[in-house]
Amino acid sequence: MAKLILNRLLLGVLTLFAVSVLIFICTQILPGDVASAVLGQGATPEALKVFRKELGLDLPAWQRYVNWLTGALHGNLGVALTNKRVIIDEIAPRLANTLFLAGYAAAIAIPLAVGLGILQAINEGKLVDKLANLITLTAISLPEFFIAYLLIIFLAVDVEWFPSLSTVYKDMPWAERLYQTTLPAITLTLLVAAHMQRMTRSSVLSVMSTPYIEMAFLKGARRGRVIVRHALPNAAAPIITVVALNLAYLVVGVVVIEAVFVYPGLGQLMVDAVSKRDVPVIQACGLVFAMVFVSLNTLADILVILVNPRLRHKR
Amino acid sequence: MSEQANNQLILEIKGLRLESIAGATIVDNVDVRVNKGEVLGLIGESGAGKSTIGLSSMSYARAGVHIAGGEIILGGTNIRALNADGRRDMRGKRIAYIAQSATAAFNPAHTLMDQVCEAPLIHKIMNRTEAEAWARQLFKALDLPDPENFGARYPHQASGGQLQRAMAAMAMSCRPDVLILDEPTTALDVTTQIEVLILLKSLIHQYHTAAIYITHDLAVVAQVADRIKVLRHGKEVEEGLTGQILHNAKQDYTARLVAVRGAAASERAAQGTVKDSTVLSIKDCQAYYGTFHVVKGVSLDVKLGETVAVVGESGSGKSTLARIITGLLPPRSGEIVFQGKALPRSLKERSKELKQRIQLVYQIPDVAINPRQSLMEIIGRPVQFYFGVGRKEMEERARELMNLVELPVEFLSRRPGQLSGGQKQRVCIARALAARPDMIILDEPTSALDPLVAEEILTLLRKLQKELNLSYILITHDLDVVHRIAHRTAVMLQGKFVAFDATDKIFDNPEHPYTQKLITAVPEMRVDWLDEVLEKRKQAKEANTAAA
Amino acid sequence: MKVFGHKPTLSAWFGLVVMALFIFIAVFTPWLAPYGESQNVGGTWDEPSMAMLLGADQIGRDMLTRIMYGARMTIGVALAITLLSFLIGIVEGFVSAVVGGWVDVFFTRYVDVMLSIPGLIFALIILGVFGSSIPVLILTIAVLDSNRVFRLARALGMNLTVMEYVEAARLRGEGLWWIIRREILPNAWAPLVSEFGLRFCFNFLFIAGLSFLGLGIQPPYADLGGMVRENAAAINFGMMAPIYPATAIALLTVSVNLVVDWMLSIDARPSGAQAEL
Repeated sequence: MAKLILNRLLLGVLTLFAVSVLIFICTQILPGDVASAVLGQGATPEALKVFRKELGLDLPAWQRYVNWLTGALHGNLGVALTNKRVIIDEIAPRLANTLFLAGYAAAIAIPLAVGLGILQAINEGKLVDKLANLITLTAISLPEFFIAYLLIIFLAVDVEWFPSLSTVYKDMPWAERLYQTTLPAITLTLLVAAHMQRMTRSSVLSVMSTPYIEMAFLKGARRGRVIVRHALPNAAAPIITVVALNLAYLVVGVVVIEAVFVYPGLGQLMVDAVSKRDVPVIQACGLVFAMVFVSLNTLADILVILVNPRLRHKR
Repeated sequence: MSEQANNQLILEIKGLRLESIAGATIVDNVDVRVNKGEVLGLIGESGAGKSTIGLSSMSYARAGVHIAGGEIILGGTNIRALNADGRRDMRGKRIAYIAQSATAAFNPAHTLMDQVCEAPLIHKIMNRTEAEAWARQLFKALDLPDPENFGARYPHQASGGQLQRAMAAMAMSCRPDVLILDEPTTALDVTTQIEVLILLKSLIHQYHTAAIYITHDLAVVAQVADRIKVLRHGKEVEEGLTGQILHNAKQDYTARLVAVRGAAASERAAQGTVKDSTVLSIKDCQAYYGTFHVVKGVSLDVKLGETVAVVGESGSGKSTLARIITGLLPPRSGEIVFQGKALPRSLKERSKELKQRIQLVYQIPDVAINPRQSLMEIIGRPVQFYFGVGRKEMEERARELMNLVELPVEFLSRRPGQLSGGQKQRVCIARALAARPDMIILDEPTSALDPLVAEEILTLLRKLQKELNLSYILITHDLDVVHRIAHRTAVMLQGKFVAFDATDKIFDNPEHPYTQKLITAVPEMRVDWLDEVLEKRKQAKEANTAAA
Repeated sequence: MKVFGHKPTLSAWFGLVVMALFIFIAVFTPWLAPYGESQNVGGTWDEPSMAMLLGADQIGRDMLTRIMYGARMTIGVALAITLLSFLIGIVEGFVSAVVGGWVDVFFTRYVDVMLSIPGLIFALIILGVFGSSIPVLILTIAVLDSNRVFRLARALGMNLTVMEYVEAARLRGEGLWWIIRREILPNAWAPLVSEFGLRFCFNFLFIAGLSFLGLGIQPPYADLGGMVRENAAAINFGMMAPIYPATAIALLTVSVNLVVDWMLSIDARPSGAQAEL
């Protein structure tokens, strides 16, 4: 089993490399001439030349990639095109903010969604289940900004319980920080919890249809015991996968939420960079997001391996 | 059979009616009576409702089924009248269930000991230490390896036969009054089946447990049951003492079920004659799956108009042989000669004409034909593909083929979903015939069919062989089928042939010990067959100890 | 009344009716809309009146007209994306499943890497470099989405390739395209159609989200996500302006999801949790 875990870790690292190559290709190679793509048609030949020199575009592609990657591994992500600021200094605090918001939402969403999903599965077919189905179905159909604006209208403008813009800054006291980020966190929670709940429900249901569950009932076990001792240990693996999938979805949903609430996170930085065509920042943000994503997936796969009894006890 | 069965009624089911949630009747007004220490055999073809009745005696219905009426009286108490807790209380404690597939019935996340001890702990009749001690005793009685520590294993660490026995231990863990055995040996190889059968029988007798033994195999149930009840389409056909059912059946249907195993000799006489030319010859074939040596030097020949059967248990390599001949698995070495010419090893190298002359019929008709195509498409396509004929000719040929396999021509516009298992298999045969082959390989063609339907298919195959001069290679694990249709038989064990001769010679005079083991393990339609086997074994053992 | 041979539930009916309404409006907008797409009819964020049923947008155009044109544009783009993504994904997936070997390994690894980057991030990268024209949007999102379709198509194909009737076709010597067209595709229809509905919703929300960020469909084209963005400031004054286009988006996706959910439940068997004890 240790071998399997090692293999999976290795795969994770390899994937990161592959992803970095992909990002590099998309940003540096594909556009052909990045210089004219960014500076536009009307750029003078001198401006183009200066631009290329600045970005080191006169070097061969693979060398540029190696330079960029080694720099990144050392924490040097280059300098932004638009305002000449050191990228890593911009990214670090914003990444922390984004992770805080995502973590806040996850802490609420995961226990809520998984718990409700299991409850729904136990009561399959009953009115409660059908009603919950309808609600979660609606929730996953709504665009994030819709939910966000509704929440703002009801909780921030009508009753003024929470601020409609979330400003956080460094060294803010925890309680204050939590207060400022509550509304965006709730929005994210609603978004992700519905997905997780539906997927948890179907995972548990498919476990409930197995012969060994029937056998447990035929031995006279109470429903509660069957769920806890027989169904859940086997539903753990698919539920972990579901949670990981949705955490990854969370990382993406954060981007839009940050825009609505003007929250100083990594998503906002990336969106700005995209609208200003600031290629180094886009590259750096993309890489960081991908790293978080790949790490989450790798962690999930490793947990699934750890949970599998067939792998824990060899023949 | 059993010692003096105590004539005290332990389980009584009156007027049981089961319906599907759509409202269709699955079981119609069935009565069941089992006395203490008695074994009742429940016999029927698939769809007869026997499994569902077995489960309802525990007042349990699977999703999609509903107990619509009837009384279920266990030891004097009407369980159906109890509340949910009351019903739950007697499950596992007073009436226990042994499922068909042991591998699926065990939770992969817990050890076997945990699961075997669960019932007595739930019902609070033993504490953990007592339960474990009892479990170990049962493991020993069921002849499981290393009974002291066997329980520490996880389900994936035990074999199918071992798991089946562990399930029997799990069922007996609370010393129930009644055991429900739902096809307990159907999924096992014939040689494993007899061992498990012996153990189950001794277990039932040792603890005077009443039992309902559910199966479709009359010969198997005849060894264990005191009385037999025959079911068909959810209704009772006949019930009586075992000996009476076997030798003096009152109903026509019952008589047919009994006769299914006996007619082998006369059927072989009805076979066609074998011509002299050799159609297929295989010399010293070796094949591998990656590094696994699956076929170890097999030599075989098939003559015109002949049926050669290849018999073996799971893992013997017999299905691989079929894949080699059809070209799906190229052998690593060995010669294959077909109609006098060397046969290219891989499918890709064979011409269309060559591909057409060897056809394959599969075991499970449900997945062998495309559920989304009409019969006309299924049967017509090979005609079009191989012979390039126009639409009208194809349709006409399709009608001819339907007649050959004795299916009504109107069925051509239907889809497989509207046909029965036996009809679907006829379609598979028609599809094979559409190519005008010289040889058909039949891979377990009747294993998935009910015995009466299987017999019809075998009769059809015999007829076609005579009319069209076909050669068959029949791959099967069922010795009975071999008896009825094969001119020559090869017995395969772990990739090699241990015998290859005329069927008569193999069955009347088995030389190789494995062949002997195989033949003696097949239950015969006699009440005392199992006792005889046990007696013979006892004598052989005594002879061995005396000689030693 | 039956639809495709089955009786829809109440929620499915709601979904079907709303879907039909949207499709109808999307197709016939130029003839149905009360005003022109960019016509100025009132003042900023005018209240709803008889002349303008949903009021005016941020520069005085009729909200209802803008929503109709916006729906037409967003639905059209989302549909184009989904069709393209399905074409790519299904071909990749089925070929992978039937041919196997290094073709399968290549496609699987390629999709694995593509899926290792969150879709939105990848889209942002591409849009940041190439700009947000409509062809770029459609192509990018379609390629990204095709990866999920690939996984489903491949899984379906793998399940079907092991069926003996596919092997029987192979033994005959049938070609790759024949097997895919006649043996695999007809048996994979149902899950693919449901998935089409789900992917359409996802792409619809995705493009609306991008437009909301200002990176999707650019003005002057009306588009529902962009409209939310343009009218966002009205929230601070307690006005409902951005809610109208957002509700339009929500209505359509809810409807499609309801219909897909109903379709999936037709074939579903009751699970073991419903056994009678």
